[in-house]
Amino acid sequence: MLIPRPSSVPASEITPRSLYLRRREFIAGAGGLGLSGLFSGSAASARLPAAKSPFSTQEPPTPLKDVTSYNNYYEFGSGKADPAANAQSLTVDPWQVSVEGLVAKPAQYQLEDFIKPHALEDRIYRMRCVEGWSMVVPWIGFPLAEVINSAEPLGSAKFVAFETLVRPKEMSGQRGLLQLLDWPYVEGLRLDEAMHPLTILAVGLYGETLPNQNGAPLRLVVPWKYGFKSIKSIVRIRLVESQPQTSWNKQAPREYGFYSNVNPNVDHPRWSQGTERRIGEGGLFAKRRPTLMFNGYADQVASLYSGMDLKEFF
Amino acid sequence: MKARSRSLLLARLKRIPKLVVYIVGLVPALWFFYLGLNDQLGAEPVRALEHELGLWALRFLLATLAISPLRRFAGIDLFRFRRAFGLLAFYYAALHVAVYIFIDMGLDPGALWADLLKRPYVTIGMLSFLLLAPLAITSNDAMIRRMGPQAWLRLHRLVYLAVIAAAAHFILVVKSWPLQPLVYAAITAALLGYRLARTKRPTRSGVAQGMDR
Repeated sequence: MLIPRPSSVPASEITPRSLYLRRREFIAGAGGLGLSGLFSGSAASARLPAAKSPFSTQEPPTPLKDVTSYNNYYEFGSGKADPAANAQSLTVDPWQVSVEGLVAKPAQYQLEDFIKPHALEDRIYRMRCVEGWSMVVPWIGFPLAEVINSAEPLGSAKFVAFETLVRPKEMSGQRGLLQLLDWPYVEGLRLDEAMHPLTILAVGLYGETLPNQNGAPLRLVVPWKYGFKSIKSIVRIRLVESQPQTSWNKQAPREYGFYSNVNPNVDHPRWSQGTERRIGEGGLFAKRRPTLMFNGYADQVASLYSGMDLKEFF
Repeated sequence: MKARSRSLLLARLKRIPKLVVYIVGLVPALWFFYLGLNDQLGAEPVRALEHELGLWALRFLLATLAISPLRRFAGIDLFRFRRAFGLLAFYYAALHVAVYIFIDMGLDPGALWADLLKRPYVTIGMLSFLLLAPLAITSNDAMIRRMGPQAWLRLHRLVYLAVIAAAAHFILVVKSWPLQPLVYAAITAALLGYRLARTKRPTRSGVAQGMDR
């Protein structure tokens, strides 16, 4: 069988990384031409070294262009192209994140200090949106469990609550008359879900730091749940005793449950969840593919929900 | 001077051949199919194509309903083009439905049937399309003659139901309450409200008034 190889490009034709990185100097130079506002605040992406992980899927990743231009991030507008257009205004450096609530060692960290103790891993995960589309995203991150363990949770901690930044000055969707959700965006997991080895905090994708529209500088990724559970641009992680509120559940409780596990057998009240369209696959005539139980992670996570009626706890 | 150039413009507007309206009206459809076939419709091309065709169907439907108030309040008389706008709305609705059935659902009868029965946005959207079909079929002079103007007018009041269903369909497809579907719903409400207000205090009677709606 013929296996297509990547086309061989001579090393001499590849722009040296040092030169490529200097494009930012060029952009900075544009400031002198009165263009500074266009680029201000955009974080310089940096290479992130990461180790491979057995949790990664072998499926081909969705093209970077699609991963970074087709987003749901209502803080920057409800259109799929809005986050890529509007999120560049967000300042992601400096960034503080706090771990608090029912832990022995609550603390507020500068982002660098928060990430430093953890070894970064590549995690190539399927991502299924509640709207019926999916991607394969090569995240870079580390297990959330490490963060929770080092904060030393108290026995009374049963859930983890997350919170996104509120900064209307830089987040266009948090300004104006028609705001689509209550801010801050909040999400939550049961403690055992949060401690599961598949659950990560991501700081990068495709080998570099996270683009703003993908939730820079720090986001949650829970691959067996619908995408909206994977909260972006996190500023607070709080361990709590009772089930925390979650943004989409507050907005439409009949449509979005606390668990929101990917489940082809439990339809959204307004549309089917039986199939999905994989982004970047086959253009206009791409066929839908069947959605898998727990987004294909059933072997790893189904036991978390044994004995639960998933139609009731959707 | 200004008034004169305005009336000149209005007179020119009236002289546009109807065929031109049909051709120009179908340009967006051709454009979006072209983009779709050339991988220019973004990450989810089927959804984008569906959305654009549906949106243009709703736009032409609202344009059809705007013609009567336009003449009354702005003195712009586009009655010659009303049939063209109405038929264009139907053509776009038909393309929208065709893309949904053939490309999006891949002609899977089971999935289509399930969607139709279980998804209110599909049921309501399909209802809107089915209401438009008899109107499109009877949108010609021969049918008006055959049916008689009274019966023809009664039938064509279905357009009010069709546009309500179309606006509701748009709201039901999206998450949360984004602005665009609400704006279209507000325009729909205004155009129907205008008619409701007119029927409450009839100034003329019978067919003449009906034709003017």
